[in-house]
Amino acid sequence: MSMPFYVAPEQVMKDRADYARKGIARGRALVALRYTDGIAIVAENPSETLRKISEIYDRIAFAGVGKYNEFDQLRVAGVRAADLKGFQYSRDDVDARSLANQYAQILGQIFTHEMKPMEVEILVAEVGQVPAGDQMFQILYDGTVMDERDHSALGGDSEAINTRLAESYADGLDLAAVVRLGISALSGPDRTIPTRELEVAKLSRGDGRRCFRRLDDDEVDALVGS
Amino acid sequence: MPIFDPVDDPGSNFPELLRRVGLGTSAVAAGGDLSVPHGTTCVALRFADGVVLAGDRRATSGNLISHRSMEKVVQADQFSGVAIAGAAGPAMEMIRLFQLQLEHYEKVEGSALSLEGKANQLSMMVRGNLPAAMQGMVVVPLFAGFDTRRVVGRLFAYDVTGGRYEERDYVATGSGSLHAGTVIKVGYRTDMTRDDAVTLVCRALWEAADADSATGGPDALRGIYPIVATVTAAGWERVGDDELASRYEAIANEVRAR
Repeated sequence: MSMPFYVAPEQVMKDRADYARKGIARGRALVALRYTDGIAIVAENPSETLRKISEIYDRIAFAGVGKYNEFDQLRVAGVRAADLKGFQYSRDDVDARSLANQYAQILGQIFTHEMKPMEVEILVAEVGQVPAGDQMFQILYDGTVMDERDHSALGGDSEAINTRLAESYADGLDLAAVVRLGISALSGPDRTIPTRELEVAKLSRGDGRRCFRRLDDDEVDALVGS
Repeated sequence: MPIFDPVDDPGSNFPELLRRVGLGTSAVAAGGDLSVPHGTTCVALRFADGVVLAGDRRATSGNLISHRSMEKVVQADQFSGVAIAGAAGPAMEMIRLFQLQLEHYEKVEGSALSLEGKANQLSMMVRGNLPAAMQGMVVVPLFAGFDTRRVVGRLFAYDVTGGRYEERDYVATGSGSLHAGTVIKVGYRTDMTRDDAVTLVCRALWEAADADSATGGPDALRGIYPIVATVTAAGWERVGDDELASRYEAIANEVRAR
């Protein structure tokens, strides 16, 4: 009988983290920013049909980067959890914090117990009834949850993008301003991203029950051009 | 958070998801004559831009009026609505589940169901209620909406067994349906304007309330009017109480002058 080689737990965790980070860094990034009437999410996404940003519930949006099948599985699980909770209790009881915690549990569990960690980073954003109620949670491949206030960046090169966001972000920007800022932060100083390679959506306060809406290319052009 | 194996995944089916997590509703098994509140007359008709749905607000338990402001005509999603006659409890639960199923499908799949898909979904829910219907808890909905693919308004009527029948022009259900249906039958013209269509359904409910004790008329004293809504290419739109108040005022004057 052959004996397996001993590998230090630190090494196992490090290898898994490196593997996940490498997978995530290959994909393109996305940013979320708070504006006066809600939260805008801008993603670099060349596909017109495979979405990175989507609706979870009345006031909650989901965005993911990394391996598409993995974050899409998490998205559907989120929609199910939210719809079940709203059905069982009330629509008012569905909140982003609880969803973020459930995602963190799943990702943490998979990171420590499965052969392969999920190569994803996800964002759960909720628009509040008042600006003070806006929430953004970023969840990493190992289940780490980060609570962001004004802006957040996910995916490859997210540190540089976050720095660019922090430099130019100010309180009280409108939708057009944050979308412009998001696009310029994603592209950086050396390139421009054509509108058809962008996916933009917003959660806007006071848009009735379902606050989530996608912006099509023409709307984005109109916003950015103005 | 519910996560399933790919081979064992409930997909975009919300009622199936409820069963999987142990929240499925079991059929009512009650013997004897249950006295539950019942809702009554609902009508729907096609006009030039889409469909109009209308229903009275009364719920009755035997001889008693148990509720005066019940909403039997409700929005199902952006392009469709349901009107329900029958036992109020199961009817409201069915509508709630139906609304959720449409929204759940839309979110999971990333696109809305076709109008026919929605009609079939409702058919399955009515069929699922059959055991309860045998105990007297009958639920009979009308489904109407705007088919965005065919760019036309469409109407569907159901029977207790889940049978689904597409109607061409108009349909009425509930205890006052004979009277309401006759009014519409006499007044119906193809490609009516929104104005004419709303007037006709108001008139139909007026006559149903006049002849059927279980159908409520306009209640000017309490400011309760039937629910009337249109579904067109622009989506679901409820007719405001102010507009209904003036329409019923006009009908009352006309009847008075006879």
